[in-house]
Amino acid sequence: MRVLEPVVELARGLWTTLRSMAEKPVTVQYPEEKRPVKPRFRGRHVLKRYENGLEKCIGCALCAAACPADAIFVEASENTDEERYSPGDRYASTYEINMLRCIYCGFCEDACPTEAIVLGDNYELSFTNRREAIYTKEMLLEPVPPGGLPTPQKTEPGKFTRSVPEMKDPQD
Amino acid sequence: MTKIITLTIDDQKVNVPEGTLIVNAAKMVGIDIPVFCYHPKMEPVGMCRQCLVEVGRPVIDRATGQPVIEDGQVKIQFGPKLETACTTVVSEGMVVLTRSEKARQAQKEILEFLLTSHPLDCPVCDKGGECPLQNLTMAFGPSQSRFLYDDKHHAEKHVPLGDKIWLDRERCIQCGRCIRFQEKIAGDPVLAFYQRGRATDIITNSDPPFDSIFSGNTTDICPVGALTTADFRFGARPWEMKAAASICPLCPVGCNIVFNTRREAKSGGKVVIKRVMPRQNEQVNEIWICDRGRFNWHYVEDPTRLAHPLVKKDGKLELASWQEALEATRKHIAGAQIVVVASGRLSNEDLFNLKQLADGLSGQALLYDSLPGGELTTRYGVAAGTNLGDLGAGSAILVAAADLYYEAPIWYLRVKAAAERGANLVIIHPQATRLDKYAKKLIRCEREEVAAKVQELAAELTAAENLIIFFGRTADRRLAETCASLLQGRESKPNNGLIGVWQRANDQGAWELGYKPAADLAKIVEGKVVYLAAADPAGDDPQWAEALKTAKALIVQELFLTETAKLADVVFPAQAFSERDGSYTSGERRVQRFYPATPPLGEARPDFAIAAAVASAAGLEVEGRSALRVMDKIAVSIPAFAGISYGKLAEVTEQWPIVGRGDLYYGGTTYENRQGLGVHLNKHWNIET
Repeated sequence: MRVLEPVVELARGLWTTLRSMAEKPVTVQYPEEKRPVKPRFRGRHVLKRYENGLEKCIGCALCAAACPADAIFVEASENTDEERYSPGDRYASTYEINMLRCIYCGFCEDACPTEAIVLGDNYELSFTNRREAIYTKEMLLEPVPPGGLPTPQKTEPGKFTRSVPEMKDPQD
Repeated sequence: MTKIITLTIDDQKVNVPEGTLIVNAAKMVGIDIPVFCYHPKMEPVGMCRQCLVEVGRPVIDRATGQPVIEDGQVKIQFGPKLETACTTVVSEGMVVLTRSEKARQAQKEILEFLLTSHPLDCPVCDKGGECPLQNLTMAFGPSQSRFLYDDKHHAEKHVPLGDKIWLDRERCIQCGRCIRFQEKIAGDPVLAFYQRGRATDIITNSDPPFDSIFSGNTTDICPVGALTTADFRFGARPWEMKAAASICPLCPVGCNIVFNTRREAKSGGKVVIKRVMPRQNEQVNEIWICDRGRFNWHYVEDPTRLAHPLVKKDGKLELASWQEALEATRKHIAGAQIVVVASGRLSNEDLFNLKQLADGLSGQALLYDSLPGGELTTRYGVAAGTNLGDLGAGSAILVAAADLYYEAPIWYLRVKAAAERGANLVIIHPQATRLDKYAKKLIRCEREEVAAKVQELAAELTAAENLIIFFGRTADRRLAETCASLLQGRESKPNNGLIGVWQRANDQGAWELGYKPAADLAKIVEGKVVYLAAADPAGDDPQWAEALKTAKALIVQELFLTETAKLADVVFPAQAFSERDGSYTSGERRVQRFYPATPPLGEARPDFAIAAAVASAAGLEVEGRSALRVMDKIAVSIPAFAGISYGKLAEVTEQWPIVGRGDLYYGGTTYENRQGLGVHLNKHWNIET
């Protein structure tokens, strides 16, 4: 028995090797292949638009106030009907997130009164210098949805007077 | 001696003077009773009902007149209904419950009512973050509303009430603070309620709309975001800004202000001023500032400001280094006679150093101002301990040839309030002024006759216990002397004295430092080196421009390339008051300190340092390392400033009403004074002269 024992152990080990050869591999061939993310995944931020193309962001800077890493910087300006970026009086004329500072906690999402900032599923962030790590409003804004118009828009007076839309409790 | 009343508020024993309102008594011991319509500077109206509390009073036995004792304790009878703490005066033995179940419920319900039609605007509202309604809702309000969202009342959100103030009708909670401020405190009743019930609106009934120089203050005391300034609109969120204490440089009142600053991408990453807010100083500006002080600060950030020294080469001003500019100056002043002309726009430190420079070179130091009588104010000026807020019955105030509303708005407020308290206000002025309606005696006469009219009233005025005299920009030498003669013998009595309504913030300081006005600038400058600081005679009068051309050389230190600077041989860029520290002497002879708010522009230096650098180039030794050190020098060489130091100027004492802490609902968004109330100059050091 003492002589046979190493042989048995060897066979057992080889069996494990052989078995895993037949299994489906877990390695994903990134970047050709990407693993889908979970619904609550917190990736790079996206600034959302309404269907008509107006920006949801109203420049209230509550995201910046909520941010524990002080990564967000917002400056507001006033909308007019000739040059409208968002519903209501106010829009973000400057919106910057320093991705090196961001800890992806999602507090900005929670603080946003218009659901404008959403942590998306993009996790591919790389930069070669610090300046590039600052994402501007143009980089963060999502593309204009089909049927919508780019901002600034010329709108009819009295139509977009409210900044904060009526909202339901979040489902997810 | 007022009687002291002892009462109990939430199990806390409180001793307050008779006549105190419950809300104030609670405030004194740190108990917050929420209010919206009540403001400590105004009479209570009890409109908003937010301050409902349970009030109990001792039961008094009618036969003996003594409190009824039950189980060894004074029997307390609580009223059947809640009472408003803002209109109820304290009484002996009173028991107030501010946080009982009943009181809490009432406060919560009032807030629920106020919020029925308040829009969910907080994210875009300029008041958000420093809003009493927001704060009180968090502290006392309900978390949910039982009212239907669809029944919310909608109103206009974008109403210009004049060109400086925006009204959002939806946000207004009809507390009437703005209306009462305009009517009772400012004396410009230009706002009013319109319609009734839910349709109640704030309107302005003046033409031009909201015609008041105090309009900005309504945005400070508005407990919601209904009134906001056009100047600041969406400038920043309140919590994003830093605060730097300063002194308003636009008139001799010397209002205490705060600069709110922020680093901005819009401005190329620079720290910029976003707004000016008042800072409490009950002896100077209380908690108010005028619109001029609030909105006219933009010049300090003007892109055309000088950032580098300029030196004239071949008849053209060209950019130069400080070294080149100082070297050029040294050559110009070597062996020449020098005349320094400085204006009251400069701080005490600047004026002192410029005078050191002039004296060291055996030249003259002149004040760029035409109003005579300054040396009289150094002698008969108001004494230490003076507070215009103390004047009332038994005091007399003479306003001679001055339109305080436009020349020194906050003095108008204070004089008006004193007249309403019973002071004998006499106005002698060639034209109608806004202060006229509060005068006990009003005399309209030609400018030249004002002095004679003052003389006629001498007996009446000097009979008063306290006498304050303002003389204004149209005054002549004779008037100043006549006014001073009425104050003989009152030189060191508080609440007495002569106040010059100067054109600039620190003209009084210049007089105290020994400056004399330039009587005939044109004659003086000929063939001499003229050193101009913060003065633009060429821009003010083309004749002076001609006169300045006769000077041997012209050296200018300025913020801008003014008409005078264009003629200069050397131009030094000066720092604006918001970029440096220093001190001003107000018309009431109060020295007050200002602090840097923003970093300096380019290579600009403070005026006192420029003067010191020029002096050092000329071989003199003048302190220029810091304003603090210059003040120490002033304190030892100018008797009136003896004992004054930057430490002294930064001292504060407790002020009433309490404002600017966590309790914005009470006094508004005015800042608390933590950086110094200032010090009165020593009384009349030159009295024996």
